[in-house]
Amino acid sequence: MNRLLAVAWKELMHLRRDRLSLAMIVLLPTVQFLVFGFAIDTDVRHVPLAVLDRDVTQESRDLVRRLEATTYYHDIGAVGGYDEANRALREGLVGAVLVIPPDYAAAVAAGQPRSVQLLVDGSDPMTVGSTTGAASGLARSLSEALLHVEVDLRYNPQQISAVYIVPGLVGVILTFTLVLMTALAIAREREHGTIEGLVVSPIRPWELIGGKLAPYVVIGYVQMTLVLGLGSLLFNIHPGPGVVGLYAVALLFIAANLAVGLVFSTIARTQGQAMQLAVFFLLPNILLSGFMFPIAAMPDGIRQATEILPLTHFLRVVRGIVLKGASLTDLWGEIAALAGLLGGLLVLATLRVRKRLA
Amino acid sequence: MTATIDVHGLAKRFGDLQAVRDVSLQVQPGELFGVLGPNGSGKSTTIRMLCGVIDPTAGSGTVLGLDLRRESEAIKRGIGYMTQSFSLYSDLSVGENLRFWSGVHGLGFLRVGDRIREQLARYHLTDRTGQIAGTLSGGWRQRLALACATIHRPQLLVLDEPTAGVDPVSRREFWQLIGSLVRDGTTVLCSTHYMDEAERFDRMAFIFQGRLLGTGTPAELAASAELSVAEGVVAEAADMADRLRTDPRIVEAAVHGRILRVVARDPAALPEGLQPVRTTIEDAFISLSALEPGPRT
Repeated sequence: MNRLLAVAWKELMHLRRDRLSLAMIVLLPTVQFLVFGFAIDTDVRHVPLAVLDRDVTQESRDLVRRLEATTYYHDIGAVGGYDEANRALREGLVGAVLVIPPDYAAAVAAGQPRSVQLLVDGSDPMTVGSTTGAASGLARSLSEALLHVEVDLRYNPQQISAVYIVPGLVGVILTFTLVLMTALAIAREREHGTIEGLVVSPIRPWELIGGKLAPYVVIGYVQMTLVLGLGSLLFNIHPGPGVVGLYAVALLFIAANLAVGLVFSTIARTQGQAMQLAVFFLLPNILLSGFMFPIAAMPDGIRQATEILPLTHFLRVVRGIVLKGASLTDLWGEIAALAGLLGGLLVLATLRVRKRLA
Repeated sequence: MTATIDVHGLAKRFGDLQAVRDVSLQVQPGELFGVLGPNGSGKSTTIRMLCGVIDPTAGSGTVLGLDLRRESEAIKRGIGYMTQSFSLYSDLSVGENLRFWSGVHGLGFLRVGDRIREQLARYHLTDRTGQIAGTLSGGWRQRLALACATIHRPQLLVLDEPTAGVDPVSRREFWQLIGSLVRDGTTVLCSTHYMDEAERFDRMAFIFQGRLLGTGTPAELAASAELSVAEGVVAEAADMADRLRTDPRIVEAAVHGRILRVVARDPAALPEGLQPVRTTIEDAFISLSALEPGPRT
């Protein structure tokens, strides 16, 4: 145990001398928080729109005004014909063109079903969703439908992206820093040849690894607290009493990431290689874990594959607790999955480390 | 008195590579014992087996009276170890390096204790306690590495090529420090590929292609090769050397400037007019390794 503490102390001394890494522990989460929290908004608004009004009546102008009021469109200009509309879409000047047929006002007066056409730039799926959604919402409100559906949006009624993104950031930042730092910590010993001395010393493998990882568990908690604190301060996302449970589950997640870093460190011979492996691991985590894109939209096979990422499960836990006020019992399935992944990773890491040190 | 190292028939195979075969060694307490061999001869593998880091494929024995296979953890606690990479942390200070190794051996790392102060004083590092290890020059780094490796007062100090890549002055100082440790009763096992360091050892072993070619004092090993060596100034030394090399009784014919130096297994093969000189360890090693079958390294 004493030897484990000596290793942990040494790691802290390394960190104290390494100003850049020290700064990164705080700067990385802060910058990522600001970028992801403020800049990323999946709810696309202010799509530039052109109108091809072939009716030119009080009623057609009224429709355009209503569309404008949804704030999903902006800079509404007029185009003279289909050729001009097509060119505007192709050149990217507008994201959509609304075509109002010449008999629009007449149909309104006669109480007949009326239709308008919306030409949408479909090259960006995210824009399509918001644009068509807003238009059909407007259409529903204009027609006197027989069935009225009342939608009750829970947990994030205003559909603010930051509310969804920020809790997820806790997981993404932990994944990145912890995997990278652990992978580097052992690769550095190998690169400098200091591992030779440790192998002949009385330090047992578990003491070396435990001592190396202990400081990073603490760092993980510091980063998590930082992101949650910023979310509370800047976005009014208050985790509530469930945060105690969250900190407990986070230990499983932090340990899983450290194990991944450890496996990487047994593969990498240099710090440069360790860094590449960490980045290689981060990309699928951001794209496939459900951090940015919904897993439900992924094809069969990929959807199941995302379950092997610890981040996938931790995201469900952190969003469940922070956004929905869920309890640990509500989330037991995710916690069990996280524990199972951790167990598997620990076995893998131990086998790899034992092989490398021999 | 039991031997500090007493091993028989040690062998190590890595896949298809037989790195070490049938090595038997006895090192007595208080000896400065050398392991000599070219790079890749199996020196490091032998040393790692003796330190309990890797299990031998065959053979058995004791180190510090502890069984090589069953008590490797206890062996690791009893020995000090230093490699050519020194195992120093170049971003930590001299004091912090000592504190870490003190902690590793269970002697406490939270402060600079008595033992650390003793080591600092013994290796004249006291004034440099706060200096970052990476900024030390080669000789000072070596002192610090030795101070770290001996912080727990090991009975057996194992040095794996400790002087590789170190300048001659620092090498000389280093051997003086090792000499004082030996006088204090420490047994030292040291590997090197510098033949000129061989005279410093009390006894030593030749290792070549994973095999032990011989053990003994430097004088015994030199004598065991049964060589006749002679040198002198001759006209057209290079031509004569070329001629001599075709004779199977000649181990080596070397030209240094105008001086011809000839090593022969049979004194009758020596040319006339040369003065007999002492057989060096290097002569003996070259002769013994030339008799070995198999590919040359």
